[in-house]
Amino acid sequence: MLNLLWLVPFMPLAGFLILTASEGRLPRAYVPWIGAGSVGLSAALAASLAFELLALAPEARVFRQTLWHWMAAGDFGVDFAFYLDALSLNMLLVVTGVGFLIHVYSAGYMADDPSMARFFAYMNLFVFAMLILVLADNLPLLYLGWEGVGLCSYLLIGFWYEKPENGYAARKAFVVTRVGDTAMALGLFLMFSQLGTLDIQEAMARASTQWPAGSALPTAAALLLLGGAVGKSAQLPLQVWLPDAMAGPTPISALIHAATMVTAGVYLIARTHALFALAPEVQTLVAAIGAITLLMSGFSALTQTDIKRILAYSTISQIGYMFLALGVGAWSAAIFHLTTHAFFKALLFLGAGAVILSLHHEQDIFRMGGLRRSLPLVFWTFIVGLAALVALPFTSGYYSKHEILLSAYGSGAAGPWLWAAGTAGAILTGLYSTRLLLVAFFGTERTQAHSHYGSNIGVPLVVLAILSLAGGLAKLPLFPALPETGTEETGGSIGLATTAAPFLGVAIGYLVYRTGTASAEALLQLPGAETLRRLWFSGWGMDWVYDRLFVFPFIALARLNKGDAVDRLYQGIVALTRLGHCMLVPTQTGQLRRYAAGMLFGAALILALGVWS
Amino acid sequence: MELTLFYLSALVAIAATFMVVIQCNTVHALLYLIVSLLASGFIFYLLGAFFAAVLEVIIYAGAIIVLFVFVVMMLNLGSKTIEQEKQWLCPGIWHGPAALCAILFAELLVTLMRSGAHEAGRIVESKTLGIALFGPYLLAVETASMLLLAGLVGAYHLGRPLRSGS
Amino acid sequence: MASIPFEHALLLASVLFALGLVALLIRRNLIVMLMSVEIMLNAAGLAFIAAGSRWGQPDGQVMFLLVLTLAAAEVGVGLGLVLQIYRRYKTLDVDRLSEMQG
Repeated sequence: MLNLLWLVPFMPLAGFLILTASEGRLPRAYVPWIGAGSVGLSAALAASLAFELLALAPEARVFRQTLWHWMAAGDFGVDFAFYLDALSLNMLLVVTGVGFLIHVYSAGYMADDPSMARFFAYMNLFVFAMLILVLADNLPLLYLGWEGVGLCSYLLIGFWYEKPENGYAARKAFVVTRVGDTAMALGLFLMFSQLGTLDIQEAMARASTQWPAGSALPTAAALLLLGGAVGKSAQLPLQVWLPDAMAGPTPISALIHAATMVTAGVYLIARTHALFALAPEVQTLVAAIGAITLLMSGFSALTQTDIKRILAYSTISQIGYMFLALGVGAWSAAIFHLTTHAFFKALLFLGAGAVILSLHHEQDIFRMGGLRRSLPLVFWTFIVGLAALVALPFTSGYYSKHEILLSAYGSGAAGPWLWAAGTAGAILTGLYSTRLLLVAFFGTERTQAHSHYGSNIGVPLVVLAILSLAGGLAKLPLFPALPETGTEETGGSIGLATTAAPFLGVAIGYLVYRTGTASAEALLQLPGAETLRRLWFSGWGMDWVYDRLFVFPFIALARLNKGDAVDRLYQGIVALTRLGHCMLVPTQTGQLRRYAAGMLFGAALILALGVWS
Repeated sequence: MELTLFYLSALVAIAATFMVVIQCNTVHALLYLIVSLLASGFIFYLLGAFFAAVLEVIIYAGAIIVLFVFVVMMLNLGSKTIEQEKQWLCPGIWHGPAALCAILFAELLVTLMRSGAHEAGRIVESKTLGIALFGPYLLAVETASMLLLAGLVGAYHLGRPLRSGS
Repeated sequence: MASIPFEHALLLASVLFALGLVALLIRRNLIVMLMSVEIMLNAAGLAFIAAGSRWGQPDGQVMFLLVLTLAAAEVGVGLGLVLQIYRRYKTLDVDRLSEMQG
């Protein structure tokens, strides 16, 4: 049964090939069946594989499948091989499971779109690439999946390519992640040149024995891999692409930019955790990046008005928690939060999508309002999603985030600081979640909602809501794929404070946006508040900074080079020759005697040189 | 005796050449040229190059000048041309070329003066000349014959009457 | 044969050469220009003969022979050209034949 592992990624690939080859010829009714069906089969297969693998003893939960020899050059050989352990199984289930639900949802969401077949083809290709990424046994194969999901992300952000800004957002996402990918490729080169292998498990084993902890080589390799991870996972300083990526259709935002692809960086670091354990400085950096990112994007989420951009900043913030967990060595907590986040953030995006669909593509929350009555199903599932996001007790988000924060607190000297940042982030999360809920779903109805979604939109919402609630109980045992991190018992007050933080945020939000005790308008009257709001709204002005630092100089260079600056040199040679030609033309008089005189003059000159030398 | 003859013929050669330069009538100029060439031929003889002296008379003064005479006769340049030549030879145009040539001549003189005094006039037998021509200079002789052939063909080609219409 | 000063022979050659050059530059009649070229070639030949006579070697005369050949060929082609030019332009004025100016 485990031998059928290869079918899991190749099922979506088959769906992609069928949809691509038959684009325009297949009846529209069949398209969702092929698109969602192929992922559904993958999900079922993955589930059965999970049962089989988990039935084994923990130490034996490893399965390796080599399909074919991918490339060979001298000593360098790469197999097209899959590696299944608890970690990749966890990712496998998330990708196929959440992916299947989103595919089902897309069948309803994209029902009226003229190029639905293209949409499902890209989606299937994405799922294939993502599965290659998580199942890869070696780093080149992982990189193949890594670039594959980047490509699909680009294609799907710019899915509605008729609008130029969508194409711009797609290019931005592609280019920014490419910066990280370049670092990652360099990391792979470094590891191959130093360790002589690109097989992940083998490389990790060799790194642990060959490289002393804290030395330069593992630090450099981990830094380069971290570059790739922050690019893909939209962490500081490469987070600028994710909010703009919301230009794509909402199911894309749910699948790629919330549940799966953006967490690839977390997966990469978890997969190469042995390397990061050898580089404590880099690990501290990971934690710092996570902490700073979660705070910054939490503040940004507070000021956004577009429902999808709120959720996008929230996603960046939650991935910040995962990085924080990775940084403090709480590997399994990071993956746990990845899983629960996939559930509740997919739910939130799908709910937002249903709202947007009902309001005829209205995304501004301040023009929504009162959706509580017109969209009850969306309202209740949304509340569940927000509760999990805020980490209210007994939701899935509570368990994962609580574990992260407690691990952070107990992680050495910097621990309390990291914990404080995470807890502050939790307050912010509560605040912006409450704001979103109260503004969009309560109050007066500002836009007429037409709830015309069918069961293929409602069912995924309900299933995801159940998962968001109960997902915390179904935590996969990740040992021995990831080392066990015993969360040492911390003082009860810390645990209590961690639990109470979200409530504090919710309470503030309630006071500001519901009772009007301190209304947002009043707060904005405070000196400097408007400047701060603008700064947060623009994502801390990172776009502005990058424009000044990279984009404008590049454009200036391109403009400079538009006239082929280098060519000027060669044109100069031509001009010089032409000038000499023009100067010499008058001497060509056609007068034979002048030529003779010229020759005489020259002869006299040469002879004179002979005489007086 | 020979020395006197040398200077005398040199004087004749220079005077005849000078007349060529200033003579407006082409036929007269040609006749002066013949005199100049004959004088040179005599100088060759005095220098001991008998074979060259004979060739100078036969080929230069004979064949080549006869060619010139033929051409002048064919073109039938009348007295009008002489008038024209006189106009062309107005004194003003002398200065530039004469100055340049004087410079070149002065340079040649300087070069000559440096070499010191030497005697010339050693006789070179025609036999040694023949051996040299068909020994080490065989290739040059062959090339020269080819050059003559090319000149012959070229002259024939150029001398054809114009085709009608061109 | 009595000895003749070598330099004087060369001097004579120089004078003839310079005269030919002057003629080439100041005359506009093509035939006369050809004649002046002949004078110059002859002067060169004279220099060769004088040198050969100075050393008592046949090489000077060989060179004179080659110069002679060259002169003969040059006159053949040159006069053919003169004929053609006269037929086309009805003039031998070299200054009016300046179609090749740049």
